[in-house]
Amino acid sequence: MAFIPHTPDDISRMLEAIGVRSIDDLFEEIPAGLRAGALKVPEGVGEMELGRLMSERAAGDGRPLNFIGAGAYEHHIPAPVWAIATRGEFYSAYTPYQAEASQGTLQLIYEYQSMMCALTGMEVSNASLYDGASALAEACLMAVRTNRAATSRRILMPRSVNPTYACVARAIAGNQDIAFEAVDFDRSAGRTPLESLKPYGGQDITALVVQQPNFFGCLEEVDQLTDWAHQNKILVIAVVNPISLALLKPPGHWGERIDVARGADIVCGEGQPLGVPLSAGGPYFGFMATRMQYVRQMPGRIVGRTLDADGRPGFSLTLQAREQHIRRSKATSNICTNQGLMVTAATIYLSLLGAAGLERVAAVSLQRTADLAASLSRVAGVRAAFTAPRFHEAVLLLDRPAAPVLAALARRGIFGGLDLAERYPELGHAILVCATETKLAADIDSYAGALADIMNPSRAAA
Amino acid sequence: MSNIPSDLRYTKSHEWLRAAPNGAVEIGISDHAQSALGDLVFVEVPEVGRALKAGEACAVVESVKAASDVYSPVSGKVTAANAALASQPELLNQDPYGAGWLFRLQTNAPIDGAPLMSAADYAKYLADQAS
Repeated sequence: MAFIPHTPDDISRMLEAIGVRSIDDLFEEIPAGLRAGALKVPEGVGEMELGRLMSERAAGDGRPLNFIGAGAYEHHIPAPVWAIATRGEFYSAYTPYQAEASQGTLQLIYEYQSMMCALTGMEVSNASLYDGASALAEACLMAVRTNRAATSRRILMPRSVNPTYACVARAIAGNQDIAFEAVDFDRSAGRTPLESLKPYGGQDITALVVQQPNFFGCLEEVDQLTDWAHQNKILVIAVVNPISLALLKPPGHWGERIDVARGADIVCGEGQPLGVPLSAGGPYFGFMATRMQYVRQMPGRIVGRTLDADGRPGFSLTLQAREQHIRRSKATSNICTNQGLMVTAATIYLSLLGAAGLERVAAVSLQRTADLAASLSRVAGVRAAFTAPRFHEAVLLLDRPAAPVLAALARRGIFGGLDLAERYPELGHAILVCATETKLAADIDSYAGALADIMNPSRAAA
Repeated sequence: MSNIPSDLRYTKSHEWLRAAPNGAVEIGISDHAQSALGDLVFVEVPEVGRALKAGEACAVVESVKAASDVYSPVSGKVTAANAALASQPELLNQDPYGAGWLFRLQTNAPIDGAPLMSAADYAKYLADQAS
């Protein structure tokens, strides 16, 4: 039996049907510089030689001290998390297809959903989505289905939202007649001022995206923004870092006015900080939660708790009529997936840390970033960009282009931050830095010392 | 044999329509449709004030095994929607032509041009479908 499904003849017929010359042409839009190219592995090497070759190459990456966050965060992952998650009983990428025969997996997902609801202050969570960026795209599509007061399909996307997320949302939802309107941020505070939303008051707008903390690590004035949106019949899509929710007001409680609905309407974000290691391209996982009244518009799987015929508690997939195997082209999503294994790790991570442990991770990360920003700002030619309170990231301004400085730091084994020149040219020479609980005082001192050397070599020598 | 009241008109997608002389119409799904869907667990009705075109999907009926769109048989503006179905979707199973109505429209054109069947034609249509 042949295990390769397509013969060369099949392939050439398919290419002809879509008018493409070769399979490589399908990847043309990916710039050549980003492609992996040849792996340069010799022919016919054994497992041992190959393992050695790969270890040598991996060692070439070194073990840099990483101060880059920007959406993916380095946190300590207790050893039991992956020891348990990789047990055979759990080791699957998906929610089960023969669902009811997999009570353990269903229970785990149910516990996960319950924890996400507790963290976000929302009523119902799904079983996860692909990643944070696509979760925001799904949230935008869901808002269009949900907000019946609006017909415009216009979504306000502040520029303080992670620009990669905004880009993915445009790529996924932009071709469905959904228009994204950029809302500017306050150059000195580093957050979205209510005044920048005022021009949209009274207009037909579907949703406002609010990221907390925002891409700059700054705290948005979420109560004001939420109240304004609800007064204007605009849904609020919250994009949040789950670790930060141990300290910050849960999005389900955003807003202060009593005459409009409290809380964000849809909450989504990246789940990676909860026990998933940094890895280029993932796998990570997205999460999404909403109000019960909108549950039928939420994409993704949902596990419910029920009773069997004998009255014993059990778990099952529920509200499946929203999903593609039943509703086909009219499903709430035909592009969503879930990340069962990452969710397993996150659930174990959360249950090991508990509420107090998570709060400690958040508080220490906040303190370390405050220390880092203070320490780096003492270097001549470096200052903090924004005045708004922040969580565990900060934007710093340099007196010269950041790229050569970051390259010099990298040569010393320090990933000093993300260069914002391309994404936010108006900020000048800005970098985004992050210190989680994994960065000790000595690490922060090494970074500050190296930066001082690089920025002011003569002074260091004197 | 399903119940097909003779004073209503029907569509091939199993909606029924009850017309009043002033251009107001009431719309629901037939006894046959509710029976084919099984126990309904959720009904979504259109927003009052929404303008519908004939043939537009405007409501959703969801049972434990399927979810189906409901299409408006005629054009018009929604004047009322059956809010009771939100908490009691079973009304549609129990009384599809009465308490289980879905929404009311004010039409702006005569409905005679719409592709609607009489009760007798609908009964024949169902028999043909079954055979």
